[in-house]
Amino acid sequence: MISRIRAIAFNTFREAVRDRVLYNLVFFALLLVATAPLLGEISIGVQRVLLINLSLSAISIFGIVISIFVGISLVSKEIEKRTLYPVLSRPVGRGEFILGKYCGLLGTLLVNTAAMTVGFYIALMLMTRDFTHSDANILIAVYFLFLEFVVIIGLSLLFSSFSSPLLSALFALSMFVAGTFAADLRAFAAMAHGPEGWLARAASYVIPNLASLNVITRVSHDQSIPAALVGYNTLYTALYATATISGAVLIFSRRDLK
Amino acid sequence: MLAVEILGLEKIYTTGFWRNKPKVGLKSLHLEIPQGEVFGFLGPNGAGKTTTLKLLMGLISPTAGTARILNQPWRDLAVRARIGFLPEQPYFYDHLTPSELLDYYGTLSGVSGADRRLRIPKLLERVGLAEQERTQLRKFSKGMLQRVGIAQAVLHEPEVVFFDEPMSGLDPVGRREVRDFIQSLNREGKTVFFSTHILADAEALCHRVAVLNKGELRGVSVVADLVSRNRSRFEVVWQGASAIPAMQAFGETHVAGEVARMVVSESQLQAALGTLKSQSAKLISVNPVGGSLEEYFLQKLGEPVEATR
Repeated sequence: MISRIRAIAFNTFREAVRDRVLYNLVFFALLLVATAPLLGEISIGVQRVLLINLSLSAISIFGIVISIFVGISLVSKEIEKRTLYPVLSRPVGRGEFILGKYCGLLGTLLVNTAAMTVGFYIALMLMTRDFTHSDANILIAVYFLFLEFVVIIGLSLLFSSFSSPLLSALFALSMFVAGTFAADLRAFAAMAHGPEGWLARAASYVIPNLASLNVITRVSHDQSIPAALVGYNTLYTALYATATISGAVLIFSRRDLK
Repeated sequence: MLAVEILGLEKIYTTGFWRNKPKVGLKSLHLEIPQGEVFGFLGPNGAGKTTTLKLLMGLISPTAGTARILNQPWRDLAVRARIGFLPEQPYFYDHLTPSELLDYYGTLSGVSGADRRLRIPKLLERVGLAEQERTQLRKFSKGMLQRVGIAQAVLHEPEVVFFDEPMSGLDPVGRREVRDFIQSLNREGKTVFFSTHILADAEALCHRVAVLNKGELRGVSVVADLVSRNRSRFEVVWQGASAIPAMQAFGETHVAGEVARMVVSESQLQAALGTLKSQSAKLISVNPVGGSLEEYFLQKLGEPVEATR
């Protein structure tokens, strides 16, 4: 089972690389180069904050775009092009297929995020000519961004297991936007009563809490991230991803391949 | 032992968004195919051939019925390592080369790394793709993709191979090669189940054929029986209008300019040839009437019958 999931994951990764998904790294590098003259005009402290915000936001945006738009096509493209037929006529369970595709895209994003992070740190070193403890803290923010991708890929897979690519993209994007305002939704749910309260509470459980995964501003201002938050976010992401992937497997296992 | 045993598989699709309308894909199908047989699944487009194969491959779920492959439940994952499948008009990951694709499928079928390294070059040689080993599939023609498809279907040395329209879209040379390949598989003892609407291919390859139309099994027959039954008729072609009145005693004559032709039974053949000789007509050809399977096929398309084993 493991070897089959690994083979599907590696094929998904290889497909992403050969379909030039990682070309976004070039855009990231160009972004850093393009902002360098701008950063030279302002003081060193503000430069650092700006570089961290800009770089981590870029890592987040590129990662989210890949998570949604590649994520929704993971299964639908295979069905549409019928490349799935020779796979599922072999001793491959549908759950193994979904899991393999998920891991493959996760691997792609891991490489993508790692490369961008290395690029960011090189830019930071060139600018500050120093490496402090708070610089290492930025890695936690990058880790949280990766957790965000883990959640979004799961949602994209879930939606694409039962709807068209267009609708899946729309649903996944809506969940991402709603998820960034999860803290406001939870605050509203705590205050609201009656049917609105129930609805808000239900929505706050379904919509991913992406707000707690965004600590970009905090690390850019050298605020420390509590270990408890790292543990909570890791556990939350694991549970949320498990739920979405299980849902995707359940729906996909019952689906007729037309 | 039976290679394939279909026990009342049935598929009804629902169409429409609001009010679901049922559409019969396959009516309760019963079929038994012994090991070592080349079995042809015939029918016009939309007859239910692909639906049957998709059901057997577990790509769609049946509305009713079950099946066994190699004496095991057909949806059992273990049985899938013992079968091969070529889908209709196959499309593969076009970012891969044939070697990479076969290596991927081999891994999924549980073929060891050592066996994959040994088998893949041999198989590519066998299907005539050795020179394109390192070319990405996006640069392949339809015929070349069909060859890749055949290679992936037999890579793991399955006991039963299912081909969905394996000759579709191929040129005459490609068709000949696929025919030879199917025959060689059968000589190796493999069971081959293939769907086609090209009757000449079925006649050349199959031990038995089943005719399917509108999702319903219309008949199953041994090809050799059909062929021998029809070899008792001959088409006689000659030149010379003077012989036509005498030849009309044997049946209807078709005339095109100086050339005339007619179909006679085996018992009439010698007498007809004698008449042509006596009338000093020039004999052009005598051929057994082909299309025996075609007649059977057309006859079965016209008459609904009960499911046949």
